[in-house]
Amino acid sequence: MEILVCVKRVPDTAENEIVVNSKGSDIERGDLVYSVNEWDNYAVEEAIQIRDNVGGTVTVVTVGDDESEEVLRREMAMGADKGILLSDDLFNGSDGKGIATILKAEIQKGKYDLIMTGALADDGAGQVGGMLAAMLDLPYASLVNKIKIVSDKMIRVGREIEGGNQEINEIDLPCVLSIQTGINEPRYVGIRGIRKVASVEIPVHKAGDLGLDGTVVGASAAKVKKVDYFVPSMGEGAEMLEGSTDEIVDKLIELLKAKGGIK
Amino acid sequence: MAQHIFVCIAHKNGAAEDSAFELAVAAKAIDSGAGVTALVCGDGSELDSACQSVAGAYAEVWKIGNPALAYPNAEAIRCTLLNILPKGAIVLAAHDTLGMDLGPGLSIKLGSAFVPDVVGIEGLDGNDLKLIRQEFGGQVSTHIRCDLTDGAVINIRSGSFQAQDNPVSGTIVDKSKDAGDIQAKRRFMEVVAAEVGDVDITKSDVLVSVGRGIEDQENISIAQELADAIGAVVSCSRPIVDAKWLEKSRQVGTSGKTVKPKVYIALGISGSFQHMGGLKGNPFIVAINKNPKAPIFQAADIGIAQNLLEFVPELTDKIKEMK
Repeated sequence: MEILVCVKRVPDTAENEIVVNSKGSDIERGDLVYSVNEWDNYAVEEAIQIRDNVGGTVTVVTVGDDESEEVLRREMAMGADKGILLSDDLFNGSDGKGIATILKAEIQKGKYDLIMTGALADDGAGQVGGMLAAMLDLPYASLVNKIKIVSDKMIRVGREIEGGNQEINEIDLPCVLSIQTGINEPRYVGIRGIRKVASVEIPVHKAGDLGLDGTVVGASAAKVKKVDYFVPSMGEGAEMLEGSTDEIVDKLIELLKAKGGIK
Repeated sequence: MAQHIFVCIAHKNGAAEDSAFELAVAAKAIDSGAGVTALVCGDGSELDSACQSVAGAYAEVWKIGNPALAYPNAEAIRCTLLNILPKGAIVLAAHDTLGMDLGPGLSIKLGSAFVPDVVGIEGLDGNDLKLIRQEFGGQVSTHIRCDLTDGAVINIRSGSFQAQDNPVSGTIVDKSKDAGDIQAKRRFMEVVAAEVGDVDITKSDVLVSVGRGIEDQENISIAQELADAIGAVVSCSRPIVDAKWLEKSRQVGTSGKTVKPKVYIALGISGSFQHMGGLKGNPFIVAINKNPKAPIFQAADIGIAQNLLEFVPELTDKIKEMK
């Protein structure tokens, strides 16, 4: 099975506090630690497991700048066979549809049975997978938390729906799936693994290679534009308990007793 | 010219979801003079009663009945809507598991713009619609401009708008004949109910809930000891289940359990809307999180900006001493 996984380099929110810059034009990116989007990492793990079961190759692709290459290498160290970087200044300012348009152009150069994305990203919106599927006229399932390969024409997928229930569907191949966290346990990637793929060449495809121009990608084509960032008003917010730990503990115990929190 | 806005209605067992009534308010926030039409896809008597259930909130309800729409399959619904919606339509849907399945692809097929997970609507500015979204789990917000020239599909987060009790007597129009031949390459089979775990977190008045800030599986015992000391049950947020540190049945949130405790003690939980969406009944919330900017402090009654791994054992010891 030929599998393509679309991944993205994002600030790691577990490692960073996100702060809006003084102009409100962006978040402060200077000190941020970046990594692969958590959802995408689950998608890559799932792709590797499928390949190991039924054969084929796993390709990881990203739209980004030179620094996004490290994310591709990380996923190749996990076990992906190939990486492709889609990079061009023309892509800057693309909205979700623009990103999907870039990925579609790359996908049409190959022949994939299964295309996966992460269901969400912390700085995104969970839209690219569904857009890609519609552009390619392929069936789509979002929030997938289980995949069973039935044949080379059809798979069975579970979607995580409200209340922790799981919706089971049959879906014809080729198809596009957006992957939910928790579908598997992504393997650990060590320094040695990264070193092993450090010198593997990762092709870079630019707008011209993909037959794209500013009428379909980038800021000029975007119908959805981010104007600025701001910090939402805190409202009343919590009463913050201050003082020494002993003082806070005493105060909290008093409050919990009053509210029936200590039986 | 006033806009016309179409709203996709999610419904279950013959009754519209709460989102249907919130979206009626969201549509008016885009343009108070807009004509608003509810789109209800389904089949049989459940569809009829779902249409009735929204006719009090929408002046016009389009009923679209077809056996292929008996279960909400986004691909089948899209196929139908493409036959029914006018060019340049503005379409609202809930940002739920159906809306996330439907919205992106629908916008592509309509040739329109798409904005997911909207939490606020600032209104029209010429041909642009000004919207508010959040990023990074609610730590920052963004203003968005969406060009409406070719229409738009906009998914609205649940709870962002308050349903209003402003009854109308809507007209139900049967559009089933226009639904067309529905083809789908994805076929619904069944819904598998969530597993029942060893404890039922929905039955407990007091929950000690752990999130990513607990850092390690071994540290769950810190939460369990506090829970034991105060007679509470341990619940958790999604990352803990993803890491397989606790069972899915212990997860609070839109993709987990909906709980209504009296007291909720959140340990190292950032407070994403998916998590808070599972917390109902206005409990007394105590949040302990070392990040003073964690969104949980906006929702909590009492906040403690400390490292839970140090603070909670001290709290537990003190409670045990008292007993």
